[in-house]
Amino acid sequence: MEQYEPDRLSPARAAAVRRSLRSGRAALTRRSLLRASTGGALAVGGLGLLSGCGIPAAGKTEGGVSAEDHSKAEKQVRFSNWTEYMDVDGSGRRHPTLEAFTERTGVKVTYTEDINDNSEFFGKIQPQLAAGQETGRDIIVLTDWLAARLIRLGWVQKLDPANLPHAFANLSPQFRSPDWDPGRAYSYPWQGISTVIAYNKKALDGIEVRTVSDLLDNPRLKGRVGFLTEMRDTMGMTLLDMGKDPARFADDDYDAAIARLQKGVDRGQIRRFTGNDYTSDLSKGDFAACLAWAGDVVQLKADNPDIDFVIPDSGYVTSSDNMLIPNKARHKTNAERLIDYYYEPGPAAELAAYINFVCPVDGVKDDLAKLDEDAANNPLIIPDKAMQAKSHSFRSLSAKEETAYEEKFAKLTGA
Amino acid sequence: MSTLTEAPPPLTPTAPDKRPPRTRGRWTPYWLLLPGVLWLVVFFVAPMVYQASTSVQTGSLEEGYKVTWHFVTYWDAVSEYWPQFLRSVAYAASATVLCLLLGYPLAYLIAFRAGRWRNLIMILVIAPFFTSFLIRTLAWKTILADGGPVVGALNTLHVLDVTGWLGWTSGDRVLATPLAVVCGLTYNFLPFMILPLYTSLERIDGRLHEAAGDLYAKPSTVFRKVTFPLSMPGVVSGTLLTFIPATGDYVNASLLGSADTGMIGNVIQSQFLRVLDYPTAAALSFLLMAAILAMVTFYIRRSGTEDLV
Repeated sequence: MEQYEPDRLSPARAAAVRRSLRSGRAALTRRSLLRASTGGALAVGGLGLLSGCGIPAAGKTEGGVSAEDHSKAEKQVRFSNWTEYMDVDGSGRRHPTLEAFTERTGVKVTYTEDINDNSEFFGKIQPQLAAGQETGRDIIVLTDWLAARLIRLGWVQKLDPANLPHAFANLSPQFRSPDWDPGRAYSYPWQGISTVIAYNKKALDGIEVRTVSDLLDNPRLKGRVGFLTEMRDTMGMTLLDMGKDPARFADDDYDAAIARLQKGVDRGQIRRFTGNDYTSDLSKGDFAACLAWAGDVVQLKADNPDIDFVIPDSGYVTSSDNMLIPNKARHKTNAERLIDYYYEPGPAAELAAYINFVCPVDGVKDDLAKLDEDAANNPLIIPDKAMQAKSHSFRSLSAKEETAYEEKFAKLTGA
Repeated sequence: MSTLTEAPPPLTPTAPDKRPPRTRGRWTPYWLLLPGVLWLVVFFVAPMVYQASTSVQTGSLEEGYKVTWHFVTYWDAVSEYWPQFLRSVAYAASATVLCLLLGYPLAYLIAFRAGRWRNLIMILVIAPFFTSFLIRTLAWKTILADGGPVVGALNTLHVLDVTGWLGWTSGDRVLATPLAVVCGLTYNFLPFMILPLYTSLERIDGRLHEAAGDLYAKPSTVFRKVTFPLSMPGVVSGTLLTFIPATGDYVNASLLGSADTGMIGNVIQSQFLRVLDYPTAAALSFLLMAAILAMVTFYIRRSGTEDLV
């Protein structure tokens, strides 16, 4: 490149050069230079920044991390639960069983209904727990698989059996020893959830539905059948229908069940995979039959006499929502006392009469019969022997399996 | 290079510097920019950097995620989920066209013909926004219910045979089909089309129409030559405001659709929350952003309204 020597140029040429530097397409102005250099700096800095991010490994600590227990000094406990999962009085604002607990123990309960979805809630508390911080909650209620994951990650605290005499004595045998928490060292069920087949008599119009195979194969139900987006419930019921036990199945069994459901999707037999919103599809009759959660069915049946349920001969899947104490919770002892309180027959019956899920407490039937005769005789709330025998649980999964299975299931549901 | 940057010495004696009367005002624009810039840095740049980083990480929840510059994630994401990408664009484009077809006459009416009803109609357009997005979408499940009057009427008129043949519906139903998803998208984003259309139509000077009429233009010619070109800024911003959010939407597809109508938003959601494959989810988000950016740039270039938007 030729050296630029301005004093040798004629004034006109110099002016032209100057103009071309200041304006025009390739104008080299202070601004463009600035822009270029910040761009470069951003690119370099950005790369550094990118590699600086990263998500730390889950701090794995056996037995969980306890904070100093402030239970004595601060007479309170902070309880996070799902919406509409607690008894409510006529005014709709007060929870009689919680108030009775406060009256007896002097421990104030801050009750928050901030759990709507397991995955979503996990996303919410994950950053704090991963960083070893307090979540601001003493009790959280999570479904089996997520409870299992938190235990696996070491993010919840071991419970002190000395504070849980009723819970230990009254926990129903069906829930005693899940493979992800043998002997219930970390968790106690809040309520059990049974997955059954529900149907709308009017929409079925005489078609008989007794098994998952009926849902998948009966051509008269094409496009009027629903399954759940909860992987373990849909897959568990399908595995049972194929003669496999969801408590011990192999990868091949899982793939076979996925393939069977995929056929249902491809042929247009399965209308959609739903979360809680299946209730409206079912009561409107858009679903003639679908997989459903027993607690909802009890409610739906009360509102709409056309709705009923059936339990397949091959069995059904039961899971539970479990109370856990997250790491660093400030009021561990108070939390344990509250857990134990709900295992006394009285409060347990009051709760069961109100929310209609499977009661995990033994010896509640008499107390419940005093409050609500129908509920006490409903096998969906207090399972009888025959019902308990058909109940199966989905086995716990390793982290690798969980990702692989969820991925396959997500593809099946179209996402 | 460095020699070029040196400014040539002045050839003619320049006039003595005229200093601006006050230098204090120099920083005012920057102070005014500060809140906006801070907002963007905290809520846009920082999350973007974080996502960009996540998309090239590998690992698991247990072992943690480390940046390994694993760009293959992007390729895998595209080859795995291109049908959902295409579907998102197709649904969003259909919804945008429908919004334009429905919204333009309405905006025209409000701007030129509504008279004293103008405010009332405007309120009617905006009123649905007073209820939640979810409730509005769920309402469509009642409207389009299988046994409902709408589906009954469509069946009697054999409309569903046509849409079924086109692959928009299946069987005797509308819900849980692509048509339902597009309807939901159209409904939910319609006001985003109407409002910008209305503002640009309302600004048109009525005397231009009179002038065109004086020059013997038919009403259709007036519309083609005067009204529509002048409303282009509204058309462009309306289509952008509809198309961009509609592409990433996942609520309509999950409530009104079926397993065959999954959009890219559904995939991202399930990868983030259910599968917990954060890198793939982040990569998909970036790909979606890049695709939208490319399409929008192309669109703006083609419609020649760069300076109007």
